[in-house]
Amino acid sequence: MKSKRSITTRKWTDRLVRAFSALAVALAVLTMLWIIGTVIAYGHHALRPSFLINPSRPYGIANGGIANALLGTIAITFGAAAIAVPPALLGGIYLSEYKDNRAITSVLRFSATVMMGMPSVIIGLFVYMIMVVPSGHFSGLAGSVALAIIMYPVIMRSTEDMLGMVPYTLRESALALGMTRTRTTLRIISFAARKGLLTGVLLALARVSGETAPLLFTALFADSWPTNYFGGPTANMPVLITEYATNSPFAEMHQAGWGAALVVMMLVLTINIATRLLFRGQNDGH
Amino acid sequence: MATKISARNLSFFYGSHQALFDNCLDIEERRVTAVIGPSGCGKSTHLRIYNRIFELYRDQRASGELLIDGVNILDPQIDVLELRRKVGMIFQKPTPFPMSVFENIAYALKLHFKLPRKELQQRVEQALRAASLWDEVKDKLKNSGLALSGGQQQRLCIARAIAVEPEILLMDEPTSAIDPVATLKIEELMLDLKEKYTIVVVTHNMQQAARVSDNTAFFFKGHIIEDGPTARIFTNPKQKKTEEYITGRFG
Repeated sequence: MKSKRSITTRKWTDRLVRAFSALAVALAVLTMLWIIGTVIAYGHHALRPSFLINPSRPYGIANGGIANALLGTIAITFGAAAIAVPPALLGGIYLSEYKDNRAITSVLRFSATVMMGMPSVIIGLFVYMIMVVPSGHFSGLAGSVALAIIMYPVIMRSTEDMLGMVPYTLRESALALGMTRTRTTLRIISFAARKGLLTGVLLALARVSGETAPLLFTALFADSWPTNYFGGPTANMPVLITEYATNSPFAEMHQAGWGAALVVMMLVLTINIATRLLFRGQNDGH
Repeated sequence: MATKISARNLSFFYGSHQALFDNCLDIEERRVTAVIGPSGCGKSTHLRIYNRIFELYRDQRASGELLIDGVNILDPQIDVLELRRKVGMIFQKPTPFPMSVFENIAYALKLHFKLPRKELQQRVEQALRAASLWDEVKDKLKNSGLALSGGQQQRLCIARAIAVEPEILLMDEPTSAIDPVATLKIEELMLDLKEKYTIVVVTHNMQQAARVSDNTAFFFKGHIIEDGPTARIFTNPKQKKTEEYITGRFG
């Protein structure tokens, strides 16, 4: 049996591959923990009540906070969701439920994939050209539009996937009762997939809530409360973090930047964990 | 006995692939007709023409005639929603809707009838009783339909189908995903239901066909080889293929 490789060699190869794979996973997890640890280490000093309640103040004025940026980010992100979610859900329904024309759906699906990979800085620049330049001012709304463009394909594809997980027999049994196609889709299939759909939306929200590049061109920043969402620069967390943590010469601002980073990180982690818990029950056992 | 359904030269195509060839079959009213044959012989395909559910798929096409009470339901003029009210279908895997036991049936009812609350409740109870499920679920009408056992879910689907007052029930291997005890219950139910409904059941289980059906049609490679009273098909088949299948020599 000369041609046969020895059992020992094969066993060791197996062990080696397994060890390296495990190591690779550990590396990813460690990186995450390292990031979280770093942000906590640098950011936790800033977390005082006043930091969360006060608006940001210009350089050199004491007791600045992040409340305006937090509100601004909420306004911009939810604005983006309001713009993107309804049509993205419909788009996902089309891709999943109406396979009338394979050529069209595959082109649409491919376009969505391309859009998902589009660098966000380019989307920011685009919205800058079509909204900020013509109107002559930055605005929170422009920021929402940029984030909406990023969310759109993500939600569309997750919707398609989630609806695709609903077994076909459920569609058939609804139709077999004399239900129309539209009602089957909206009332039975979407409802059966509701947790998955919500998960997709939340993950997209979490994904864009930390996007910085598109906001630099659109919402920019302001030390005021975000009352000028439609017509002027609007405070937001990502730009605040960029400005404070890197561009500022003042130590207290560095600290505020890290503090803000910690807040954003906690928010995103919370959304992710909440989504995870929500989705654990999955779609009604089907 | 009156003929309820009559297939005339029924053929079926998946794209360019022909799956059924000139099927001719008469199905008697208020009887159980079993459709048997090896996997892939076209049993389910044949059944799925009766309520035009195949039209969900773009590349599927039927030709020939399918008469229900003498009317060709393949005619494009036929209102398919009304057709499907009259021709209910039960699938292999139970498919309760993601809603409560009560709503599963009430929702189906509300699709086709405008009913005051009180009557709606009565009709739901009637349907559940008719599906011999009432006693098991009367205290959990508000629970999710998906929380029931597999056999209960299947009877819920039967209740849902009969709630809308169909005339025909199509059953596509209704017990193949269900344990033997629950299977027995559904078979008993079928014998009750044939008092009111014309039942066509696709089954892989020869004993089941023998137990529940009055008539049997044997399919092979898209052709109907033989059909007739179950007792005769099982004891004295005319075709060699039928005999081979029934005696377990293939399939």
